[in-house]
Amino acid sequence: MTNFSAATAAGPVAEARPSARRKSPTVRGRLPVLVLFLPPALLLFTIFVILPMGEAAFYSLYRWDGYGLPTQFVGLRNFEVLFKNSAFLTALKNNFLIIVVSLIFQIPLALWLATMLATRIKGVVFFRLIFFLPYVLADVAAGLIWRFVYDGDYGLFAAIAGLLGVETPYVLADKDLAIYAVLAVIVWKYFGFHMMLFIAGLQSLDRSVLEAAEIDGATGWQRFRFVTLPLLSSTLRLSVFFAVVGSLQLFDMIMPLTGGGPFNSTQTMVTFLYNFGVTRMQVGLGSAVGVVLFVICVTLAFSYKRIFMRND
Amino acid sequence: MLTINRIAFRFLSAAAIGALAFSSTASADAVVKWLHVESNPAFVKVWQDIVDKYQAEHPGVKIEMQFLENEAFKAKLPTLLQSSDAPDFFYSWGGGVLKQQQATGALKDITEAMNADGGAWLKTYNPAAVKGLTFDGKMSAVPFKMSTVSFFYNKENFTTAGVDAAGIKTWDDFLGAVKKLKDAGITPIAGGGGEKWPIHFYWSYLVMRNAGQQGFDEIKTGEGDGFLAPAAIKAGEQLAELGKLEPFQQGYLGSTWPQALGVFGDGKAAMILGFDTTEANQRKNAGDGKGLASDNIGRFEFPVVEGAAGAATDTLGGINGWAVTAKAPPETLDFLAYLTGIESERLMAKAGQILPAVAGAEDSVTDPLMHQSAEQLARSTWHQNFFDQELGPSVGRVVNDVSVAIVSGQMSSEEGAQMIQDAIEMEKM
Repeated sequence: MTNFSAATAAGPVAEARPSARRKSPTVRGRLPVLVLFLPPALLLFTIFVILPMGEAAFYSLYRWDGYGLPTQFVGLRNFEVLFKNSAFLTALKNNFLIIVVSLIFQIPLALWLATMLATRIKGVVFFRLIFFLPYVLADVAAGLIWRFVYDGDYGLFAAIAGLLGVETPYVLADKDLAIYAVLAVIVWKYFGFHMMLFIAGLQSLDRSVLEAAEIDGATGWQRFRFVTLPLLSSTLRLSVFFAVVGSLQLFDMIMPLTGGGPFNSTQTMVTFLYNFGVTRMQVGLGSAVGVVLFVICVTLAFSYKRIFMRND
Repeated sequence: MLTINRIAFRFLSAAAIGALAFSSTASADAVVKWLHVESNPAFVKVWQDIVDKYQAEHPGVKIEMQFLENEAFKAKLPTLLQSSDAPDFFYSWGGGVLKQQQATGALKDITEAMNADGGAWLKTYNPAAVKGLTFDGKMSAVPFKMSTVSFFYNKENFTTAGVDAAGIKTWDDFLGAVKKLKDAGITPIAGGGGEKWPIHFYWSYLVMRNAGQQGFDEIKTGEGDGFLAPAAIKAGEQLAELGKLEPFQQGYLGSTWPQALGVFGDGKAAMILGFDTTEANQRKNAGDGKGLASDNIGRFEFPVVEGAAGAATDTLGGINGWAVTAKAPPETLDFLAYLTGIESERLMAKAGQILPAVAGAEDSVTDPLMHQSAEQLARSTWHQNFFDQELGPSVGRVVNDVSVAIVSGQMSSEEGAQMIQDAIEMEKM
């Protein structure tokens, strides 16, 4: 309500000074829009983003179980404990591993499929749909499905092993294998999304450039390497950006799959936050994880945008 | 992440309050929200019948039952309790977790109501249950049931392997039985290593058997070396010894508790260390929904450690209650008195759901296996609450982590004990 009255109040004031109107007609034209549309967004952003961030930073300096108000100030001890915790270091390593796998397997796979599915051949829509389907699935559902697939007693893996007559591997119960099983699910789940990005990018390419290259006698690989790929680079950079940010946020799929186990071998930063901060009622420590995660995200996002996406 | 949740909760709960305020003007019904972790439909049915009966006798009171899966419940509760969406009463395992919840003011102090009329209400319960739910002279939870942890075994498997369950008296006897079963090609134990707490029963019992009640009190309160005391280290070593025999089913480190019960129910493992309700729950979780026949299941108590302080009659188990939250309407206590009254508890005992916390209802436990558990409890010289509840949420989880790590050979007994002690030091900080 106050916003509205402020907007109407601003009207006559501006009206009364014709000189101001003449000076900057754009500001006068924008003002009502600003006053009307900025506060709700700003308010929501403040309440849901800025405030919680500040709160987390504040809580991270306390030892607090989450009830009442934090009173026990411990300075940077939570961060000290955090970086000494082997599970947290595993989580950091896993997040890094997920990024690497995205870059080495997921994006090339998506790009390869996209180059095939961007053309107009029969059945292409069907295949696009098939490959995109995992991405549409809810993360938790995907996690549960794969838990059954990997199950060593009744799952698909057990059935296949039974057919082949070999001993069933219990991949999710093996601390050395579990993370790779999780990585496979991540690639399966998200390559469709990147593929769609690439298809959109490929379809907006100028065909004449490719045709010119073809007339000049460029081979298929040369056309891809020297024409398509450079023209697609902005999409590629965006895709990598999504992969990096996505890996840092990974949580919902891990929980039903392994819950971070066995022996914390599949923790990510967010599952660590949940398992060690929330369920153990160590909100101070959890907030410290949040702060570390925030710093990593912001640093990555800004520097990536700065360095790689400057011209996009 | 967390803070976003908290804020979102405030908003949601504000909306919920608004909605509630609105609806309460429409009808004068008092709604009592009940949050539980009972996943067995047969047992929920018993409760539903009790609720229906109560509602018929008390028009204007509506009991709303809400279910959360065990692990999800524990994880969600702290956040839930602080929101205005908190249940009016919820399932509690007592111990340090309940104590902490009580200390923060999230719960209602029901001491006065319990002691009214010269303690008429309080006196209906088993003193051990009351004692286990009282902290600093105050109560916030109504006693509901007791439970004991003991071994259940597949009689056929034992006969095949030539193991006599009655002969398992000491830890060495037990290890011998495990070896015999292995030699006969039978998986000795079903374990739920994925959820960790099912494995912590082993470590807990071994600590109890090695230290005895007085010893454990000293360990717990940090007298001497705390968890680095020789008895606790010895317990870890014995657990590691068991682990070396590879007694559990394949892939047990990823198995949940329901899966472990299923493994036992499907006859794929010969033993399980579980609650008194194991017979009913193995049936529910078995692949065919039937599980082992009742007469194929036997039961024996956790073995003693020869020459150690712990007595064979010391029991590990639960003291469960219904914790009442601060904002619960007055009808909550009335319903709880009804729910945990002798009549309702008898119904539940008869259905094989609980070992009652109400004094005098034990005779309604008709199931033979549960009856054995009830008898063991009645003979108990020291009934210890589950370690992961007793020691509070953060140390408790470390105990669970350590138990699995030790049994699977990831961690030595000393390292594990040190980790627990570190977690306790951090608590005190």
